Amino acid sequence: MAPAAAVDREARRRAWWLCAPALALFLALMVVPLVMTFVLSFHSFGFYTGIEPTFGLHNYLDVLGDSYFHEIFARTFGIALVTTLLCAAIGTPEAYILYRMRSRWRSALLLVVIGPLLISVVVRTLGWAILMGNRGVINTALMNLELIDRPIKMMYTPGGIVIALVHVMVPFMVIAVWAALHRQDPATEQAAESLGAGPLTIFFRVVLPQAMPGVLSGSLIVFSLSASAFATPAILGGRRVKVVSTTVYDEFLNTLNWPLGAAIAILLLVAVLLVMVSYNRVVERRFSQVFG
Amino acid sequence: MAFLELKGLTKRFGEIAAVENFDLSVERGEFVSLLGPSGCGKTTTLQMIAGFETPSAGSITLEGRDLLAIKARSRGIGIVFQSYALFPHMTVAQNVEFGLEMRKIAAPERRQRVAEALALVHLEALADRYPRAMSGGQRQRVALARALVIRPEILLLDEPLSNLDAKLREEMQLELRGIQQRMGVTTILVTHDQTEAMALSDRVAVMHRGRLVQVARPLEAYEHPRSDFVSSFLGKTNRLEGKVVERAGERAGDLCRVAVGETVFAAPAPPPEIGKDARPRVIVSVRPEKVEFRAAGAGLVDGTVAARIFLGDHWLYQIETPLGVLLVTRQNVGPAEVETGGSVGLAWDAAQVRLLPFEETA
Repeated sequence: MAPAAAVDREARRRAWWLCAPALALFLALMVVPLVMTFVLSFHSFGFYTGIEPTFGLHNYLDVLGDSYFHEIFARTFGIALVTTLLCAAIGTPEAYILYRMRSRWRSALLLVVIGPLLISVVVRTLGWAILMGNRGVINTALMNLELIDRPIKMMYTPGGIVIALVHVMVPFMVIAVWAALHRQDPATEQAAESLGAGPLTIFFRVVLPQAMPGVLSGSLIVFSLSASAFATPAILGGRRVKVVSTTVYDEFLNTLNWPLGAAIAILLLVAVLLVMVSYNRVVERRFSQVFG
Repeated sequence: MAFLELKGLTKRFGEIAAVENFDLSVERGEFVSLLGPSGCGKTTTLQMIAGFETPSAGSITLEGRDLLAIKARSRGIGIVFQSYALFPHMTVAQNVEFGLEMRKIAAPERRQRVAEALALVHLEALADRYPRAMSGGQRQRVALARALVIRPEILLLDEPLSNLDAKLREEMQLELRGIQQRMGVTTILVTHDQTEAMALSDRVAVMHRGRLVQVARPLEAYEHPRSDFVSSFLGKTNRLEGKVVERAGERAGDLCRVAVGETVFAAPAPPPEIGKDARPRVIVSVRPEKVEFRAAGAGLVDGTVAARIFLGDHWLYQIETPLGVLLVTRQNVGPAEVETGGSVGLAWDAAQVRLLPFEETA
């Protein structure tokens, strides 16, 4: 009686089969390690005994109660926040300029914008180290020009990390804003112009508010990637400017306290997730009636 | 001097001329339509008046002032876009208020003028809505209020009704015309819809391939088209290729005789555009509503009824004749006069025939 239902079931089964390879990969490479890390974070560690399969919240209590870790978390989120704000400030106008460009130039410049993503993170970061070191290109140039007497300290500072992170995160912001710009009706800019608005007014009163969902989703990507970035803070921050991900690395590979490292990693994950979810909720409430 | 004057207006995109040597004078308070098929240059012309495109040649003057020397944002022109182009992040009232803010008008006066503009389009109750939550017709009204609230010298309408369904479109046509006349605002409408152009405007300017082919009052353009293109584009017509076989006499009102195939009938004297040839080829145009039914053999030509389509207020017949398939429309004021498959004679008043310069294709 129900050939349609049979066809439907068949189609659904095929869909599952088609998803299966990706699903298996996802399970094996993402879910399993994550669950193992989670379990590991409850174990305990002794210098002479190694990892003991106990179950307790002591690792979490250690991290949450220690001002040393508080500082690291605060620094991490501070760096991520400043990076996000700078990316929004740079990436939004950049996306608009690209959007207004003639198509011939646009494709060439889009490649320039995505450029940082095409270079290996280690190479890129070491490049920044060459530029920002005390005897690096920038300081040497400024000193030779006698604009400064002593080198400006950029390596091993949060500022240096932010500069290098902004460099690689701006493309994500540009792409997100770019997509939002393409969704808006180009005639709205002409309408504003015909009503007497100048270029700056058009940008701030008409274009930017419509592109805001793109800016906000771009911010979300930049923030979460910056908060969990490892290579850039590891190379430019060294031992002195620790962030959460480098701390996790040290716990695992130097102290060998895997359970504590796992607990810190889980806390970072939860913190980033919390920021994302609450941010998303605020954004949705703000824009649902306007853009849906 | 006319209120708005376009002279020799030309716009080239590379090798292609989108608008060529366009002349048009618009009087203050007049409603003029730029009518033509897509790609005829009507939107480009509108964009040049608005200031979004720079002409390659020619001039635009408003009361003698050179409009081309003024930036788009200072021209004081109200525009209603095809997509309405409402600001989606602003409420209806904020949308309408935007132009007044740009003009640095004080808040109390702004509020009053926004209220007036919204009352004009019957949207007082929806002032705090966002455009997203409105129907196409309502958005259209907001766009109109936003364009009119700045008291523009010229109102430009770019296919404003093309996104509305047929019934709403007709209502909006009447309303648009009413508002335009009450405000007395000089209006230029761009449209490809000939019924819309004829219903709304004082004059229609028919464009074809970047050129202006005829400017006339709607009735004049419909009844006395100057070219094959205008004749076919405005309304339906029976277009026949024929030849003048006997020139008219010297007296006014004298008729000539034209032959279409084997059929010969009378027509008004050919217009001067047709030239002085003794037996020139011509396009013969007879509007479907001007054709009358006769008994078979009693008309100018006989035919059989191939199809009869009921269109509510009128019937549309397709009649197969030696001249080709002819269209005939009849008011629905009684029972249908002829049945499908029946044979009829067709006749028309010689004064209703139009002779046009011969062109290979319309």
